[in-house]
Amino acid sequence: MTATAMSARSDLTELGRSETALRAFLHGLPGVDQVGAEQRAAQLGTRSIKATAKAWAIDLAIRMVDLTTLEGADTPGKVRALAAKALRPDPADPSCPHVGAVCVYPSMVPYVAEVLRGPAGGAGPAGAAAAPAGAGVVHLASVATAFPSGQAPLEVKLADTRAAVAAGADEIDMVINRSAFLTGQYQEVYDEIVAVREASGPAHLKVILETGELSTYDNVRRASWLAMLAGADFIKTSTGKVPAAATPPVTLVMLEAVRDFRAATGRQVGVKPAGGIKTTKDAIRYLVLVNETVGADWLDPDWFRFGASSLLNDLLMQRTKLTTGDYAGPDHFTRD
Amino acid sequence: MFEYAPAPESRSVVRLQPAYGLFVGGEFVDPTDGGSFTSINPASEEVLAEVAAGGVGDVDRAVRAARTAYDRVWGPMPGRDRAKYLFRIARLIQERSRELAVLESLDNGKPIKESRDVDLPLVAAHFFYYAGWADKLDHAGFGPGPRPLGVAAQIIPWNFPLLMLAWKIAPALATGNTVVLKPAETTSLTALLFAEICQQADLPAGVVNIVTGAGETGRALVEHHDVDKVAFTGSTEVGKAIARAVAGTDTKLTLELGGKAANIVFDDAPVDQAVEGIVNGIFFNQGHVCCAGSRLLLQESVADQVLASLRRRMALLRVGDPLDKNTDIGAINSAAQLARIRELADAGTAEGTQRWSPPCELPERGFWFAPTIFTGVIQAHRIAREEIFGPVLSVLTFRTPAEAVEKANNTPYGLSAGVWTEKGSRMLWLADRLRAGVVWANTFNKFDPTSPFGGYQESGYGREGGRHGLEAYLNV
Repeated sequence: MTATAMSARSDLTELGRSETALRAFLHGLPGVDQVGAEQRAAQLGTRSIKATAKAWAIDLAIRMVDLTTLEGADTPGKVRALAAKALRPDPADPSCPHVGAVCVYPSMVPYVAEVLRGPAGGAGPAGAAAAPAGAGVVHLASVATAFPSGQAPLEVKLADTRAAVAAGADEIDMVINRSAFLTGQYQEVYDEIVAVREASGPAHLKVILETGELSTYDNVRRASWLAMLAGADFIKTSTGKVPAAATPPVTLVMLEAVRDFRAATGRQVGVKPAGGIKTTKDAIRYLVLVNETVGADWLDPDWFRFGASSLLNDLLMQRTKLTTGDYAGPDHFTRD
Repeated sequence: MFEYAPAPESRSVVRLQPAYGLFVGGEFVDPTDGGSFTSINPASEEVLAEVAAGGVGDVDRAVRAARTAYDRVWGPMPGRDRAKYLFRIARLIQERSRELAVLESLDNGKPIKESRDVDLPLVAAHFFYYAGWADKLDHAGFGPGPRPLGVAAQIIPWNFPLLMLAWKIAPALATGNTVVLKPAETTSLTALLFAEICQQADLPAGVVNIVTGAGETGRALVEHHDVDKVAFTGSTEVGKAIARAVAGTDTKLTLELGGKAANIVFDDAPVDQAVEGIVNGIFFNQGHVCCAGSRLLLQESVADQVLASLRRRMALLRVGDPLDKNTDIGAINSAAQLARIRELADAGTAEGTQRWSPPCELPERGFWFAPTIFTGVIQAHRIAREEIFGPVLSVLTFRTPAEAVEKANNTPYGLSAGVWTEKGSRMLWLADRLRAGVVWANTFNKFDPTSPFGGYQESGYGREGGRHGLEAYLNV
């Protein structure tokens, strides 16, 4: 826990009522030494995860994937296929777990919902018979709030959010107002998150910091705290739409923030790196980072997710390799 | 729970011979008047090889071989040609780095991730760096045509066997000297593998001689009448004895001795990185580091918070098989060193400080010591004054920057220090006042061949590394 956080423990909830208090708090957080943070992330990247540990990590990583498509060219057919894959990533192997969630634009939510939850009024998901028993549900995440730029009036962002929830999304991935954040208007960023939080109703709120645009680790730490103070259930690195997406050191700084936030408030917040995580090796490095920064409490799809699309097939290939001893070609795995 | 499965590095890359002779005049020879001793793996107490113990006659033979090579080949050789050999050695070290790293971990007990990612890259970097100087000595700032000294006697410690060898041999050869090097008796094997690399590089016979043995061998080498230069890295006690032995002679001397470095954390420090720096400062290489940050000075306003983070971090340290790629802390190098660490740690307990180690299971065989911190330490305690040379950290507190400087400097040593603050002006203010050869700013245990390294007071004299490191081997 940070010193500032400790002293502020009693009035953390009050912070959002005053721009001055919010600024003083965020700027009072301990700094992040860039060289040190990057060195720590690189060191953890050298952990060697083999055999049983690797098998365990791959299955966990599959369960943590937010299988994502966020393209202008997305169609109902495309997202239905993706949703079907989310339920049964490896049709050849019933022991393969389903992914954590499917993540799409709001207009695509109804089609994904059909596959995941069954037709309106129907009983259970279409793929229920095939899904492994007792493995929980595949969540339906939708980006909202004028994703990815967030450059729209607040009313539009809120309407976007409400529409996604109404269509069946149980997780909302919102973007913060980077324009306001970078000009130091923390109150505005905070109020927007609170408003979206409210508009999301029962849905879980993931707050995208777009760390590539925040540029410094100090900003990443401040934005993490700001989002958590405003009620985020998850903090997420990136939209995947700017060149600098998730990196291990950025994720390390965010993990430190959720760890310190829980120590200060008792509330646990999840973390989702997104963008640029393509291989099993990448995913396992992130799991090591989680394990050695925040520990086992976060090694669960409820608290850690990967925003990714191509990652899943690499995980499946490595999983098959571990089970059968052979690498199957990419054509043995579905491309959706 | 995320349990990492064992990930051992393969030993098959190392081909150990059952017995090793001395490397004199370009070939391995049996000792004429010495005996032999065994080198063991400190992690398992398994015997690795039988190593020759050089006697007085063997040392003499090695010094004569070095003298001949100096007079006939290496001394007259143009710098650009010496450079070719050094570059070749550097490349061979890189090519064989896996083999060298595994052997270093086997013989020394240090984790493979450190020998692989720290020691070996630095070893190669030192040879590359000094190779570059060999034909540029006219421009090193010592006037035109600086001359080598002749034969250098070099004695190195067991904590970084190959790296200390590189620190000694690379600048000596680059400047045109020839060497007789004595590795520490518990860690001779990588020096002998280095001798093979010298053969492989076609280094002229006698330019590098390796005489293995214990203290008596070292004494014979230091006291040999025909050495022009003695370079020693090791304990302050032995360093003083060497200084006495060469006093009144023409022999030039550099000493790199012990330390009791302060690692100073201010209340505006980047806490998470500071905790990493504290861990790296004292637990890197099992704390077998002369410049280890063995005294943690915490500003009182953040002491509890930093200690809580430090304890949480220490609980993650993985102690065990040095060859496992996930091991953070390996074996203590020898039974004797383990006994010394235990004795001082017990003294800490007896002096009324609070001792803490994370729960950690130590292997039954071999020499092990759990990472340990002592809190409630004051300047007067033995564990705050004496070098422990193990994974043991003494935690003290301070209130003001002036008090931090006073406490940090209140030691007979002065090799290194670390400062953690986000305030640039304070960093510079401290760097001016700390009596230490190296002051690390928001980092610790960073090494680079371009940077001079050496101490104040009882940490020794002379500098190794960088342009400054050339001076110790030149007649200037």
